[in-house]
Amino acid sequence: MIEGAAWRKWVFYNIPLIIFVIVLLFPFYWMIITTFRPDGELYRPWNARNYMPFWTNHPTIEHIQYLFEETNFGRWMLNTMFIALVSTLISLFCGVLAGYALARLNFPFAGSLGTVIFITYLVPQTLLFIPLAQIIRNFELGDTPWSLILTYPTFLIPFCTWLMMGYFKAIPKELEECARIDGASRWKAMVYIIIPCAVPGILSAGIIAFTLSWNEFIYALVFLSSPDQKTVPVGVTSELIRGDVFFWGPLMAGALLGSIPVAIVYSFFVEHYVSGLTGSVKG
Amino acid sequence: MAEVSLHKVNKKFDANHVVKDVDLEIRDKEFMVFVGPSGCGKTTTLRMIAGLEAITSGDIRIGDTVVNEVPPMDRDIAMVFQNYALYPHMSVASNLAFGLKMRKFEKSEIESRIKRAATILGIETLLERKPRLLSGGQRQRVALGRAIVRDPAVFLFDEPLSNLDAKLRVQMRVELKKLHERLAVTSIYVTHDQVEAMTLGDRVVVMKDGVVQQCGEPLELYNTPANRFVAGFIGSPAMNFADVTLAEKNGRVVAEAQGLSIGLSGELGARARAKANRQATLGIRPEDLHVAGAGDAPEHCFEASVEVVEQLGSEILLDSRVGTSLFVASIEPTMRVRAHDKLKLALKPERLHLFDAETEAAI
Repeated sequence: MIEGAAWRKWVFYNIPLIIFVIVLLFPFYWMIITTFRPDGELYRPWNARNYMPFWTNHPTIEHIQYLFEETNFGRWMLNTMFIALVSTLISLFCGVLAGYALARLNFPFAGSLGTVIFITYLVPQTLLFIPLAQIIRNFELGDTPWSLILTYPTFLIPFCTWLMMGYFKAIPKELEECARIDGASRWKAMVYIIIPCAVPGILSAGIIAFTLSWNEFIYALVFLSSPDQKTVPVGVTSELIRGDVFFWGPLMAGALLGSIPVAIVYSFFVEHYVSGLTGSVKG
Repeated sequence: MAEVSLHKVNKKFDANHVVKDVDLEIRDKEFMVFVGPSGCGKTTTLRMIAGLEAITSGDIRIGDTVVNEVPPMDRDIAMVFQNYALYPHMSVASNLAFGLKMRKFEKSEIESRIKRAATILGIETLLERKPRLLSGGQRQRVALGRAIVRDPAVFLFDEPLSNLDAKLRVQMRVELKKLHERLAVTSIYVTHDQVEAMTLGDRVVVMKDGVVQQCGEPLELYNTPANRFVAGFIGSPAMNFADVTLAEKNGRVVAEAQGLSIGLSGELGARARAKANRQATLGIRPEDLHVAGAGDAPEHCFEASVEVVEQLGSEILLDSRVGTSLFVASIEPTMRVRAHDKLKLALKPERLHLFDAETEAAI
């Protein structure tokens, strides 16, 4: 904490914090207020007499109605949910096993392999989607959820592996040795002792992987084409921006509703999530 | 019940040769302590017995079986770790039960064993708690309990008391000793604390740089150390050393250094005669020194100038300069001595030790 006079606390702690919170939350506030504004207010010129940028006196749900009645939004939500869940599960499964192996099994080049895996995570998707599109076409997976479920792990698995590797390394190896003396094989020691201890780490990896695939844009844009296959980020931007016309109300409503599942996931696991990232297992 | 024997056991980590040709016979029901400074290979040796480290060469037997290739789970051992290694997501009862469940014991048998172990260690009231809610001493007990319930052939302890505070350590040391008497199971105990080693061990192995320096009963190590390292490591405060020359004078062997001229007689004198006119190290324990009185022969006395006086209540430690060496003497608490005093110290000739200057082996 900041010590000394009260003004020091304000200058170095409270005021910066307030500024930070405002900068962070303002886009969300703008998103919410735009969602509930009638079109008449949204497109009112800034120098009009009754221009009111930060508040509305006539809240409406017409944009949300529009979203569900005039677009495939419900379908996009289901698509996104399914794709994000399955690709997260696949990536977690592989990431936990690979992370454990890299952290605990002393095989040659384990250290450099870990680095190489992380480097693959750094290859930009804007480069990778070109060869991947070729592969998706060869396997005739284009325009199906599987085109994303199988390509998202290309960046999710390296990420999960890296995060889990660090987490497994932080778990005292005596726990596992003790389990092995107690009569457990390496596999059982992993299943009964190490993985339960790593739950916070697994949850953090899962939450981040889920968010990454939920928000993913470029693969979804390239691999999916028919309107009822799209995910929320692609659906909203492709159907609600027509030419240079932005349907701000439904766009913001889509963004708001699309971020709710992620917010729910975070709020459920926030404690585990924090301890997962700070990495604390006490023996 | 089982003996443990190590035959020419070696361990190399790449170019690092950490355990060298260790030969040991640990008898059935014996409490064997491995002691040495950190990095001496004692923990590695224990881990090889446990099966947690592969052996580079040599044989380890538990009972009649060579266990070199046997996985830890099949060696019938239990180990207590320095950090206790309690499973943090399980209650105390589940921690105790884990090893039994893995070995597919009957549920009723598991319960009765947990109950028995909990009674022995006085942790009956803690069974439903999670390890993070326990104090250091309680965790230590649970870790012991987890070893006891299994009823193994050999107990392995890897510095189990070093995470406890000083008072609790002494208390747990006594309990460990009692527990061993009660259970009578072959135990191997690793520590860097020579007091623990002396008080707990039926026999003690002193290691340094991966080599066994001496193996014997605690008093044997204390009274007849095999070399200078053992002499300095065992005993607190440590033995005093002085570099001396063995000279023959008037038919007697005399250990000479600046400010010091000690006549050697008896067996030690005879052995020293063989090394006459050579360099050696003279060793004498602080408790074998006293302020010279009328009964002390002049050839066993020397001048000392006191630098620091440490009042311990039960004794007084004098850090004093003798010639070029520093000697610590333990004297009667009733003596009045002050820093910078000069006085005459005498030693007990039968308690003298001599070590070869080159090999450091006892003469």
